[in-house]
Amino acid sequence: MKIGVFVCHCGSNIEATVDTAAVAEAARSYPDVAFATDVMYACSEPGQDAIIDTVRGKGLDGVVVASCSPRMHEPTFRRAVERAGLNRYMLEMANIREHVSWIGKNREANTNKAAELVRLAVEKLRQDRALFPKSFEVTKRVLVIGGGVAGIQAALDCAEGGLDVVLVEKSSTIGGKMAKLDKTFPTVDCSSCILGPKMVDVSQNDKISLYAYSEIEEIGGYVGNFEVKIRKKAAYVDWSLCTGCGLCMEKCPSKKSHDAFNEGVGQTTAINIPFPQAIPKKAVIDPKFCRQFIKGKCGVCAKVCPSGAIRYDMEDEIVTEKVGAIVAATGYDLFDYTKYGEYGGGRYPDVITSLQYERLLSASGPTGGHIKRPSDGKEPKNIVFIQCVGSRDKSVDRPYCTGFCCMYTAKQAILTKDHLPESQSYVFYMDIRAPGKLYDEFTRRAMEEYGARYVRGRVSMIYPKKKEGGDVLVVRGVDTLLGQQVEVEADLVVLAVGAEAAKGSPQLAEKLRISYDKYGFFMESHVKLRPVETNTAGVYLAGSCQGPKDIPSSVGQGSAAASKVLGLFSKDKLESDPQISQVDIKRCVGCGKCIATCPFGAIKSVDFRGEPKAEVIETVCQGCGICTSTCPQGAIQLSHFTDNQILAEVNALCQS
Amino acid sequence: MPILAGKELRIVGFLCNWCSYGGADTAGVGRFTQPTDLRIIRVPCSGRIDPLFIVKTLLSGADGVLVSGCHPRDCHYTSGNLLARRRLEALKRFLPIIGVEPGRFEYTWVSASEGQRWQQVVQRFTEQVHALGPSPANAIFGACGETAQDKGGSSVAI
Repeated sequence: MKIGVFVCHCGSNIEATVDTAAVAEAARSYPDVAFATDVMYACSEPGQDAIIDTVRGKGLDGVVVASCSPRMHEPTFRRAVERAGLNRYMLEMANIREHVSWIGKNREANTNKAAELVRLAVEKLRQDRALFPKSFEVTKRVLVIGGGVAGIQAALDCAEGGLDVVLVEKSSTIGGKMAKLDKTFPTVDCSSCILGPKMVDVSQNDKISLYAYSEIEEIGGYVGNFEVKIRKKAAYVDWSLCTGCGLCMEKCPSKKSHDAFNEGVGQTTAINIPFPQAIPKKAVIDPKFCRQFIKGKCGVCAKVCPSGAIRYDMEDEIVTEKVGAIVAATGYDLFDYTKYGEYGGGRYPDVITSLQYERLLSASGPTGGHIKRPSDGKEPKNIVFIQCVGSRDKSVDRPYCTGFCCMYTAKQAILTKDHLPESQSYVFYMDIRAPGKLYDEFTRRAMEEYGARYVRGRVSMIYPKKKEGGDVLVVRGVDTLLGQQVEVEADLVVLAVGAEAAKGSPQLAEKLRISYDKYGFFMESHVKLRPVETNTAGVYLAGSCQGPKDIPSSVGQGSAAASKVLGLFSKDKLESDPQISQVDIKRCVGCGKCIATCPFGAIKSVDFRGEPKAEVIETVCQGCGICTSTCPQGAIQLSHFTDNQILAEVNALCQS
Repeated sequence: MPILAGKELRIVGFLCNWCSYGGADTAGVGRFTQPTDLRIIRVPCSGRIDPLFIVKTLLSGADGVLVSGCHPRDCHYTSGNLLARRRLEALKRFLPIIGVEPGRFEYTWVSASEGQRWQQVVQRFTEQVHALGPSPANAIFGACGETAQDKGGSSVAI
């Protein structure tokens, strides 16, 4: 066997702390190494061409590239060796950048370690065998999880591209957080005027099947052939009959149900349609408030429903859908503002969240667009906005910047002046972060044109004070620019709460087999270069489930995810990864241990000349190798990570 | 790290591709300084790690073995890390019988986003192995090279 070794400088990334020439020199003494050199940028065009030319010119059988992490450029170099005429699995990488040059400055120790890692790669490569992918059919349908603006965009773009889309939304209407907004920054567009038509497009597009009030129960399968179980939650209303007339809401005697759509600022009926523009416009009974469920007698809605759609005995239903790709667009939740005890959220009715304020501003909200403070329904005069509540604060485990709160606070300050020209807004802020198109201009308008007073500094506490003509809240903070304490008597306090990962994100990530970060946001494949892909083939991300995003970014990412799905489905057949398990039929004793441990059910028992033997179902095997370390006989081996290959690496490390 | 100023020891890490190897990459990208003793072998899943690999590595002259996989419930292959935990717990109790101090072996959970955690894991484990000093298995089995070479060809028949 003839092996070529290429040690990359990566500019100064590696060369600065690793003597690459010495590593190449050391590599020449390793078994089967026929050629070794150092190159400036192995991944660049001249770098790849050099590899290809050397493979051809020297008749190499395998290539070791010592450079960055294989998680970064393994596909690049596999393609390069393939272009040179080798099998793509005759490539090994030694990670001498992330694992060597970037974590230590001692050049001697680093060079020594890099040389050892190259040796490890050489020994592994000596055991490598050519592997060949098989192709399999693709189900050209896509599942979009989450019907917020990102999910809607992804679904519409996929449908536009000719794909069948399954859109699953957990609440009874699509629209997500954006549907709750009154206006949007920086144009002060009416939110429902721009989102509404898109929601209607979803409902009228016959390529999109919408499962509202449904959740993902289970996901099986693999890229191209996922099988998804969807739980359709019991709405206690037969949606095929419900016309959305709203008569049930008018007559329902239980009018104190928690109004989730209005963020709890108003109350609604036990049977309700969240808002007039809801898609689908269907009623749902909340059994926690419905008298029929609590007391066992009422049945008013069933009596008045003109189409007889009420079903008190309805149960959850599980449906199965087959799809080839999945877009996760589950969005975010708001930070629990009651965690800041000093702000009195939850204790003082006039301390509300920005999204609740948004509902007060909205013409379709509980107050019809009139700003009334929750405690006594009076119009507030002084309104204090407090920024960074659950954002950029390590003490509540939210050290990241949510990114859009500065903007929506500016928007709300502007809208407040429009609604109440006599009012005065105060904004307590840390910094203004307005990096988008027309964003900085917008916050300046709030200050200069609309007279919002921006105070730089944190609020230390809020306490109530009795006063004639209505109680007020005293907001005590510090103005760090003036260097003095300030107190503002506020009629209403609006907390600009930050975003956090949606509840249940880790559980969904586990079902999708994708990673999530420590805050619960889903992890992309590469922060900069693969922002909508995940490390699980066929699963893509859109919107705030990856990290807090404003509307333009969410829509952009929704479209990006859709284009990835369309790209994936542009081929009629996909290639399967040949790094899967293989059974040595002579060694297999048919004990079935591998069948019991395989998490994917990818191994079955077959009859071979009257004896039971294990057989791998190639398209189902994911290549984890759990079976290989389970088999007492060593009869089932994961290709490319066989016992011999791993032991060769162990030996390489223990030898020198 | 003054304790590591002297000679490097031989530490082998078995890391799952999806979480811990990614975490080690993240640590590198974040330039989180670590001692250089550790050499990493990439495996698809911590469930792929046969406990006998670890025994073999320790008897072949490694002074320490570190295994790291995804956090429980966060496995790319749904449950490989839980299986690994079961096996590695059993292995831990077995190590004294073959004359290896249990401190030479450690398994951890590090996700792909936890670069800083990986740095801490490597620093702590390296210091722990340095405190134990070179492995006595080296003295028993000699300069490991031959032993390792002889057994390298066969499968798991350790």
